[in-house]
Amino acid sequence: MKTLREIFSYPAAVIGLILIILLLAISVFAIVSMPYNEAIRLWRGGEDIWYNVPKMAAPEWSNYFRSVKLPESIIISSDDESVEKVYSKSSEEISEVEFSFTFDYNYDTFPDEITFFFHTQFNEKKPHVNIKLINPDGEEIRIGSMSAADSASFILSQDEVLFRRLGRVLLPHQAVMAIDPKDENSLAQKGTYTFLFKGSLFEADSDLDAEMVVFGDVYGIAGTDHRRRDLTVALLWGTPIALIFGLLAALGTSVTTMFIAAIGTWYGGWVDAVIQRVTEINLILPVLPILIMVGTFYSRSIWVMLGVLIMLYIFGGGIKSYRAIFLQVKESAYIEAAQAYGASNSRIVIRYLVPRIIPTLIPQLVTLIPTFVFVETALNVLGLGDPILPTWGKLISDANLNGALYQGLYYWILEPAGLLMITGLAFSLFGFALDRIFNPRLRGM
Amino acid sequence: MSDPQLTLESNAPAVRKRKDIAGPFIRIAKYTGMRIIVLFITVVIGIYLVVLVANMGGYVDEIRRGAIREQISMQIYMSRDPVLMALSAEEKNQMVADQVLIEEHRRGLDKPFIIRSFAFLENAITLNLGYAQDMVSDTGSKQVRLILLERLIPTLLMWGAGNLLLFFVGLFVGLFLSRRYGSILDKIVIALAPTSSAPAWFYGLFLILIFAGILRVLPFGGLVAAPPPPNKLDYGLSVLEHLILPTSAIFISTIALSIFNRRTFFLIYSQEDYVEMAKAKGLPDRLIERRYILKPTLPPILTDFLLTVIYLWTGAVILETVFNWPGLGRALYQAIGSFDTAVIVGAQVIFAYLLAATVFVLDFLYALVDPRVRIGEGKRA
Repeated sequence: MKTLREIFSYPAAVIGLILIILLLAISVFAIVSMPYNEAIRLWRGGEDIWYNVPKMAAPEWSNYFRSVKLPESIIISSDDESVEKVYSKSSEEISEVEFSFTFDYNYDTFPDEITFFFHTQFNEKKPHVNIKLINPDGEEIRIGSMSAADSASFILSQDEVLFRRLGRVLLPHQAVMAIDPKDENSLAQKGTYTFLFKGSLFEADSDLDAEMVVFGDVYGIAGTDHRRRDLTVALLWGTPIALIFGLLAALGTSVTTMFIAAIGTWYGGWVDAVIQRVTEINLILPVLPILIMVGTFYSRSIWVMLGVLIMLYIFGGGIKSYRAIFLQVKESAYIEAAQAYGASNSRIVIRYLVPRIIPTLIPQLVTLIPTFVFVETALNVLGLGDPILPTWGKLISDANLNGALYQGLYYWILEPAGLLMITGLAFSLFGFALDRIFNPRLRGM
Repeated sequence: MSDPQLTLESNAPAVRKRKDIAGPFIRIAKYTGMRIIVLFITVVIGIYLVVLVANMGGYVDEIRRGAIREQISMQIYMSRDPVLMALSAEEKNQMVADQVLIEEHRRGLDKPFIIRSFAFLENAITLNLGYAQDMVSDTGSKQVRLILLERLIPTLLMWGAGNLLLFFVGLFVGLFLSRRYGSILDKIVIALAPTSSAPAWFYGLFLILIFAGILRVLPFGGLVAAPPPPNKLDYGLSVLEHLILPTSAIFISTIALSIFNRRTFFLIYSQEDYVEMAKAKGLPDRLIERRYILKPTLPPILTDFLLTVIYLWTGAVILETVFNWPGLGRALYQAIGSFDTAVIVGAQVIFAYLLAATVFVLDFLYALVDPRVRIGEGKRA
């Protein structure tokens, strides 16, 4: 209770604690709102899940900082209630279906892409579809006509016929929306656009549905990556993964290190000598490269990495500093008293030596957590992260591989980096404050 | 982190009788020699562990078999011997296969693992690291040793620059702040200390973003501009320009904590009785700092610095990857990408040597500044 009150007297500790609680809240939110299997499905999903999401789109809020606003995606489907499908029968077999997609476009820049996805029902004869666009001036532009198989898509920018017809200056999806399609630097025309679909069905129970995606350059609260995935999946789920990894690694290493140091100092002699030598050997073992070797040769599972990391850190520099403290404690009178009443060696180590170091251990443990979070991220950035899990490091790695910094896609790096920074600061602010509370020797400084 | 053991002991050596002048040098040489032997044994054991880890899946065997095959194929296919040249392709293949078997037997690849592991160890220690699958050195060689040694220079340049800067700035600013503790600057440093929880590569990303991405004043990465400037002066300047960001990343990532540690350390030491005594005698501040504070604290500071450098080394791979720096770490990263096992294991060996060399250099400096080594008696804590 006293400790708690003392913690609150340090502003740094309070900030750290608030940030830690924030991170925990994000973790809980991630696990509750998006169950594990769902997160994995989304993260591993390809075009089948993310087909209507723009590629490498900045987050929507980035528009607040831009003088020229980037367009948001517009998605309209013939299944929507606002879209009315009109059927007209011209004979027993043949019928026609018409529907239109109307939307307002209020940006100067062009959309990234316009794509139509068709969903059709037919036995042998494919429905035929004719698409027109009515632009804000009321002009009618013929987009094209094609026979639509099931799950066919029509990508405007890649249509050679349309490109030729519109004068080969701007790409088709830009030309149809341009103020002047013949001008290379033309801006997009603002106003209401309508795409008219006229489908011819050649069978009695044949049907045609379409979905239009006008791909924007901004998406959601976090933006998307090169595989159209929403970054929120990895940002949210990366939080519990990072915290669990950091906590387990910090606990695993510092507690075992402490016990080894305690045993070494208490028993002394060859036990101590062996531990000291092993620590020295361990010091020249390159940790990250060894993890890389394990990742390349054996397994990239996050749990294997965790195990190896703990093994490499057990005999780390911590042993030396714990040893120094234990050596002093060992000479204390109460240890002598314990020996006098006949306490066994293991009892002395566990009941008398170890508890004395807890005040040093806890702050160190807390400050160690971000170190391991960063190690995990580093492995991801090197392409040796867990193949399945969505993590922060994966985002940074993908961003780096796809030249996010060169292309000015800063959000892609800044978002995971921001969360990492928060994690690092939170735990080290808190750990530093704990260190001052538990080790008052430094308090005056 | 200060080490209480050292704190207690470094006050101990009182004035001793001056022995012969050659004494200190012999003692330093002896100490250094001992350290070399101990470190070498440590390196051997460390590399042996690496070999064990690497060979669990038989990868080291593959490297050696590959090397043998490469060598024999070269001998037979490239031979100008008319007898060999007259052979058909199939006969040559058969001949290669036979020769490989004989050679493998000769090198003991059919022996049990324990015996073989020592052969690997010997190869690794003598830097006989085999041949790379895809990677080539600038001179066009596929020898892992050449590939890696060539990459060593950029690595040493970057880490040398970063760490030296870190050490001296940390030391002097720490000393400066210990005199002015409680000032605004001091409080800023304390507040900034937690920023050291993020590693260098992480700050590297931000530096690239700001100075290369947005401001466009410094290069995104690499060692020199492309194409490299023809004359030596411009080349050097270009390297320096490329060195700014990675060095700053190393510096920024650790500087706050390192100043904080030094300052706390100096504060503890400046409250010692002999410092008070010196002050009472009216000695000038500079002298007190240099002779009464800096000198006795240098050995533990070196130890602390050693740990920092080793910690930073382990981040070499990723920092070099982020900055596209053609060093050892980046070579390791490329090797992972192409699954070039020989280079991966080779890089481990070089890293182990580098870490040992770092420990040695600092140990040597330690011997130079530690009175217990120079004057004799007493042991290192």
